[in-house]
Amino acid sequence: MTDLSTSYLGLKLANPIVPSASPLSRNIVNLKRLEDSGAAAVVLYSLFEEQINYDSQLLGEILDQGTQTFAESLSYLPDMQDYNVGPNQYLELIHKAKKEIHIPIIASLNGSTLGNWVDYSEKIAAAGADALELNIYRIVANPNLSSLEAEKQYLDIIAAVKNKIRIPVSVKLSPFFTSLPQFIRDLSTRDVDGMVLFNRFYQADINLEEMEIVHRVNYSTSADLLLPLRWAALLHGQTPLDIAISSGVHTHEDVLKSILVGANVAMMASELLVNGVSRITTILRDLEKWMTEHEFESISQMRGSMSIRSVKDPEKYERAQYLRVLDSYKPPYSPSFAG
Amino acid sequence: MLASATEGAIVLLNSPYSPEEVWDQLPLHFQQIVHKKKLKLFVVDAYAVAKETGMGGRMNTILQTCFFAISKVLPADTAIAAIKKAIKKTYGKRGEAVVQKNIAAVDASLARLKEVQIPDRTNGKPAPALISDAAPEFVRTTLRQIIAEEGDLLPVSALPADGTFPSATSQWEKRGLALQVPVWDPEVCIQCGKCVMVCPHATIRSKIIPKDAVANAPEGFLTTKAKWKEIPDSLFTIQVAVEDCTGCTLCVEVCPAKNRSQTNRKAINMEEMPPIREQGRKYWDFFLDAPDLPESQHLPLNLVRNIQTRRPLFEFSGACAGCGETPYVKLVSQIYGDRALIANATGCSSIYGGNLPTTPWAKNADGRGPAWSNSLFEDNAEFGFGMRITLNQHIVHATRLLKVMQEQLGVDLIAGILAADQSNDHGIAAQRTRIVQLKEKLQKINTPQAKDLFSIADNLVKKSVWIMGGDGWAYDIGYGGLDHVLAQGLNVNILVLDTQVYSNTGGQSSKATPLGAVAKFAASGKRTGRKDIGLMAISYGNIYVAQVAMGADDAHTLRAFQEAEAYEGPSLIIAYSHCIAHGIIMEHGLKHQKMAVQSGAWPLYRYNPALKDQGKNPFTLDSKAPTIPLKEYMQEEGRFRILAQGNPEASRMLTERAQAENEQKLHLFQRMAASATAVEAAAQPTI
Repeated sequence: MTDLSTSYLGLKLANPIVPSASPLSRNIVNLKRLEDSGAAAVVLYSLFEEQINYDSQLLGEILDQGTQTFAESLSYLPDMQDYNVGPNQYLELIHKAKKEIHIPIIASLNGSTLGNWVDYSEKIAAAGADALELNIYRIVANPNLSSLEAEKQYLDIIAAVKNKIRIPVSVKLSPFFTSLPQFIRDLSTRDVDGMVLFNRFYQADINLEEMEIVHRVNYSTSADLLLPLRWAALLHGQTPLDIAISSGVHTHEDVLKSILVGANVAMMASELLVNGVSRITTILRDLEKWMTEHEFESISQMRGSMSIRSVKDPEKYERAQYLRVLDSYKPPYSPSFAG
Repeated sequence: MLASATEGAIVLLNSPYSPEEVWDQLPLHFQQIVHKKKLKLFVVDAYAVAKETGMGGRMNTILQTCFFAISKVLPADTAIAAIKKAIKKTYGKRGEAVVQKNIAAVDASLARLKEVQIPDRTNGKPAPALISDAAPEFVRTTLRQIIAEEGDLLPVSALPADGTFPSATSQWEKRGLALQVPVWDPEVCIQCGKCVMVCPHATIRSKIIPKDAVANAPEGFLTTKAKWKEIPDSLFTIQVAVEDCTGCTLCVEVCPAKNRSQTNRKAINMEEMPPIREQGRKYWDFFLDAPDLPESQHLPLNLVRNIQTRRPLFEFSGACAGCGETPYVKLVSQIYGDRALIANATGCSSIYGGNLPTTPWAKNADGRGPAWSNSLFEDNAEFGFGMRITLNQHIVHATRLLKVMQEQLGVDLIAGILAADQSNDHGIAAQRTRIVQLKEKLQKINTPQAKDLFSIADNLVKKSVWIMGGDGWAYDIGYGGLDHVLAQGLNVNILVLDTQVYSNTGGQSSKATPLGAVAKFAASGKRTGRKDIGLMAISYGNIYVAQVAMGADDAHTLRAFQEAEAYEGPSLIIAYSHCIAHGIIMEHGLKHQKMAVQSGAWPLYRYNPALKDQGKNPFTLDSKAPTIPLKEYMQEEGRFRILAQGNPEASRMLTERAQAENEQKLHLFQRMAASATAVEAAAQPTI
């Protein structure tokens, strides 16, 4: 019998597949479907500080618009008893999920200011979340902010959160650090429990007809897996933090590769959004089959077996431009290309 | 303003000028009273406070704070603490961000509130005249006093004995409301006319001017070559009445032309108003006086850009900034204005259409304009119907008199009048000329018959009867009469300015309110769907019916208005009008109209019974199949959003029902459009 169990952020998990933050986890019905399909834990959709502020501001604006300006109509919309504008809806979902499903619930918090991160993380912990994933989502466009200062701001926020809550904390990272290993080392000094590689940023695109910026959600493909694979391979064994790989996991092969480079869990969203949550069941079956065929007994046995510490040619992980790869490129035939 | 101030009173001024600068900006009269009554003067830039604390245009928290800080009706600290407590209580349920914003506004108000050290000098300029000397006497006297808020001092004898107020008076009330106004960039402009079409207050206008007419234009008056093949040597201009503009920005929103080097700029851009006020006034006066193209070069009225070069006869009303109704009203005035008879139901349109002191219904260069009157909520359709019957009776009577007097008046002239083709502008202009000749002749004949005919002769020029009002009138309170008038088969045009809610009285639910929308009397979300007044009218088979949304398709709107008027029978136009009561940011009103159509919430269609005579299907579905889910449109509007925030379960249930019912309705319309027997299709109880 193959042992698929793993551990992540101190949580014992039945297998390494964890759905990452996505609209799939917005309600209890879908959370149950994820559990039934075999997900070992689930990261809830992200609670965005900006969204909470925006909802609140917009509500205030529309309720106030035009009021007290015309004697016949002092307001234009009825004021309700209460509004669900704060994090309450999110906290209720955690509360409900903890009662109705049995896999660990990892909450996800996306914010930018010290005060609110701390406030919300306390409420999330109190609502019963098993762990918290902090999502650092920031494009530093200010030329006066050095990379050191920007990193310090992250660390200050993380330290403040860690001081306030006792549940395990992971940090979802951007791949764009000049020295990622050093930043990970700094995270470990703040007692962070795990890292998620990586955040996928929504990129601004341009609509040529309208000459406008558009934001689109691009689903990942297995090709996106290569970036986190490399970094997990480099970081495994160098840090006490658990590793989750979270870009480009679509198949059982992707899960296997993630484990081989040292990940504790493989997170997926695009595959489930496009092909349905039942893909988890299929991938788990294929994973187990592959492991049996290749005589692996357990996930823990294979974890990290292809990280930088365990492969015979570790320099392959470290070279950014590898001459032999470039040399070996053969373009497809084209009359205009003198190959 | 300062008349009631006692000696030593405290005056709080909201001004963009600093305490050091403000004195020199005050009018002389104001300075003199401050000196004489030894007033204390405080100044705060509430606009700046509102901007920096995210309060938008909302001043009440700011000015209230300043009032308590300086009035000493309570110890200032106690008062400020009480204000902050009230903010938490009032806004707490709207979220922490709203509370913090208001508290920040209180603190920023106190920081910016400064006492002005009153100088000894009195160097102010005379205050600008409230009313221009060029205004008619009635405006300079009676209306001026009302505008100065001294109406109570008017003797009864100053008011018109029969209650008929002169029209075209809103042009004299220069409110100077907007801090920013649109400025035209001719280099970028594609001359589409959309900005002019959507302007709720007729403050941005276009004109085609003969080339030689700009020789004496004030310096800086912008024109560019008119992009019309028919008139190769003319100039095109867009001008803004900077003192009448409300700064709503709809014109900028709708402008499709982007600056190729800087995409955040368009052919219309908002700029600070005070620095361009004086020159803007000169440009506007020149623009109004500049000649139109000669009649021989008049452009056909089938295109938005053409019709929008026509002078609107509905201008500078008191409607909300960004109003979704008034562009439709203005369009009627542009197409039929000088021969329109308008019966206006009570509601927003009667308030902005005919409220004292001034009247937005205006006159053209010949001194002609629409005749307008307001009746009650419950009888407006009948009121307009009465106008039609009266008109018909006058025509019958005048025709009889013409025939009796034809030897005296000239057989050819009378034959011309009776056989006139008035189906287009040229025909109507020719008839007007004949009526002028007729009246000249009649004045020379001193008989009771001649006097009788003289008094009704103008009715022989084709009139256009418009019965208009909101959905509260058309769907609810005036519906019985509206239905009855539709059923009579006479030639009237009914325009429903459909905001889907009683707007003027503050957002009460009407039978036009859609399923799931929150309104007063439907605070838990409306549980029944919108009454389909269009389908009900279609079921008669002989009524022209169109459902339009200018923000989604302005050409469709124009076409529907023209077809409705051309149809020799009753017509009903249901016009989607975005509204402050929808809980939307008004500058995006046109986007909301577009989304209503894109989601299928508001399909565009025309039912033209005249097509049946040509063997065609009278029903045309003019909007495409939905391209966005209904939910997406609903999420964008506060009236649906607050239900999702206040009662998510109810919101989910009602949204699902709304989507299902919407799809059913769309299927019906699609079947009707595909069917040759549309009337029967509409009559089927499929909904």
